[in-house]
Amino acid sequence: MTLSLLARVVLGALLLLIASPASAFCGFYVARADTDLFNQASKVVMVRDGNRTVLTMANDYRGAADEFALVIPVPTVLERDQIHVTEAALIDHLDAYTAPRLVEYFDENPCQVDLRRRSIRPVSEALSIEERADSPRRQELGVTIEARYTVGEYDILILSAKESRGLMTWLDENDYRLPSGARRVLDSYIKQGLKFFVARVDLAARARLGYAYLRPLQVAYESPRFMLPIRLGTVNANGPQELFVFALTRTGRVETTNYRTVALPTDVEIPTFVKTDFASFYQALFDRQVTANKMKTVFLEYAWDMAWCDPCAADPLSNAQLRELGVFWLPEQTHTRRSATPQDVFVTRLHLRYTGETFPDDLRFHETGNRSNVQGRYVLRHPWTGPGECAAAYDYHRRLEQRRLEEAKTLAWLTNWPLDDIHQRMGTVPSTTDDRPWWKKIWGRR
Amino acid sequence: MLSGLLIYGLSALDLALDPTTALVILLTAETTQWLASRWVGCRFDPRSPLISALSLCLLLRTATPVWGMVAAVVAIGGKFVIRVRGKHVFNPANLGLVVTMVLTDAAWVSPGQWGTVMTVAVSLVLLGMLVTRRAERDDVTWAFLVAWATILGTRAWWLGDPLSIPLHQLQNGALLIFAFFMISDPKTTPDHRAGRVVYAVWVATLGAVLEFVFFVPAALIWALALSAPIVPLLDLWLPALRYRWPSFSSSSTRSTRSVMEAV
Repeated sequence: MTLSLLARVVLGALLLLIASPASAFCGFYVARADTDLFNQASKVVMVRDGNRTVLTMANDYRGAADEFALVIPVPTVLERDQIHVTEAALIDHLDAYTAPRLVEYFDENPCQVDLRRRSIRPVSEALSIEERADSPRRQELGVTIEARYTVGEYDILILSAKESRGLMTWLDENDYRLPSGARRVLDSYIKQGLKFFVARVDLAARARLGYAYLRPLQVAYESPRFMLPIRLGTVNANGPQELFVFALTRTGRVETTNYRTVALPTDVEIPTFVKTDFASFYQALFDRQVTANKMKTVFLEYAWDMAWCDPCAADPLSNAQLRELGVFWLPEQTHTRRSATPQDVFVTRLHLRYTGETFPDDLRFHETGNRSNVQGRYVLRHPWTGPGECAAAYDYHRRLEQRRLEEAKTLAWLTNWPLDDIHQRMGTVPSTTDDRPWWKKIWGRR
Repeated sequence: MLSGLLIYGLSALDLALDPTTALVILLTAETTQWLASRWVGCRFDPRSPLISALSLCLLLRTATPVWGMVAAVVAIGGKFVIRVRGKHVFNPANLGLVVTMVLTDAAWVSPGQWGTVMTVAVSLVLLGMLVTRRAERDDVTWAFLVAWATILGTRAWWLGDPLSIPLHQLQNGALLIFAFFMISDPKTTPDHRAGRVVYAVWVATLGAVLEFVFFVPAALIWALALSAPIVPLLDLWLPALRYRWPSFSSSSTRSTRSVMEAV
């Protein structure tokens, strides 16, 4: 049996989820841009407070289960109870809650002076230790199996090694095929004192449990290192990769300390035709930002207190869901009304596209005291199409024309789509604004 | 130059610093300097607190302007209160940063936010500026940068990491701001050149230990604050002429230079 190493864990398909519209203060929620929009995306949930960390890694691997293997550097030797398997639906929910969103408004009849105030609606395993005996061959190679566990459908080994050559040989002899450039990275990690978490699928256990997909793996550890090792994944990678990091903390936003963290453009009005094409819009917007920042930047897509949202792309996660994701500081009792909405959890959603050249070093993070809210929010404003015979209607239509030109320009700027195409899809004519310098207009030269 | 960096940071880099906090820091620093000058009976000079305030604006991030105010009071107040043999011990902006970060979670330093895009431009400007100056106390900056680069290079060599990793670490904008505007402060570095070189190497070494062994974010800021008390000892060991501020009546070149070194 030959196993191939998957340093990246998720292969996504293009998918746009359109949820039923829900009324909210900031317009009507229309759609969201889930992580599934992006190919070759990995999703990691990082829960962190003090030195305590819980990592959840989403495996949306769709190949043959017997070819799945995962090698992750971890700061400490993990005990059996520090490893857990959870449901993918949890991460999907967190993804939906934090996703960039499309909202829409409808202009009112300009001839009716409407003083209605908008109401503000509050929105609310079976585990077994197997063995620890060292074989002579492992000792010869300097590789120690610190622990071996079966957790859910996974067979897990915690390895420590004295040097990378021995580790590479051992992995190779045990049917883990590593890319050729991996040795150098493993060597660096070994010298930095990291251990290796190696997981593969126990086919018998998987058949017994009856899961059709691979569930996310979770590890809990205590270490001052607040980092995600991404270097192994860039070895022999076929083009850029996508990573989504969902950080759940107590104090405030999480940002990278060795790369810039930048919020994406948000809260802008765009043409209404985007309603049927939000997926392409968001992909184009992200592509443009990645290019503009030379693929050297981590993007902030969402930062919010988990207790609420507005408009909500999905309900906030419950205390029980958050505890399952590893938010250890929440109380265990979830049946009281008071604990239904978490009061002490701040979520940061980071999105990056990277290669080994643009992100040479692992991601290092810190938690800041910044609790200000950020969300990807794109606004559609539908014009009034009913009858209107009054002076105000004349003014409205004049302003509307200008507004639609601005929307077209904004969309072109955000997505790099040609302005002419945008106007064609909007059914408008391009701006007739004469951009020539003022002096050229005096004598009529063009 | 610092103002230029600040404007660049605010406009182009999304530094999460609101202009209100910047204004609060500037006004608080000047007011504290004015009050403290009256208290000790010396002439009020607005340049030194201006530089400290700009350094704070460049490096400190706070959830509310109140913590900016606290940092400015600590920075300027520390100069007048914590003194050994007539010389203040802590770099004012550095003390303001560290004390505020100890006091609250709502103040922090974002070492990644200056990115690497602007590094080339800033390096060129700073190099040009330094070349045109008479090299008097730049030694501490260069000794620090050489020591830091050596440590990063040696670490990468030992780990077998590609050169791109230490180069990426060296291209950090916050590192350059630290090297050129914080550790270079002539009033809080040793008086003797040899002492300054020893001090710079020591700060780089301690910073590396904090960053790579204890994984402390913004490790160099902490390293400088922890190292400040050894400056009086180095001055005792290696006595030399103390740095004096050029007066207002100096030539324009001297005046520009003095502003750069005034912290």
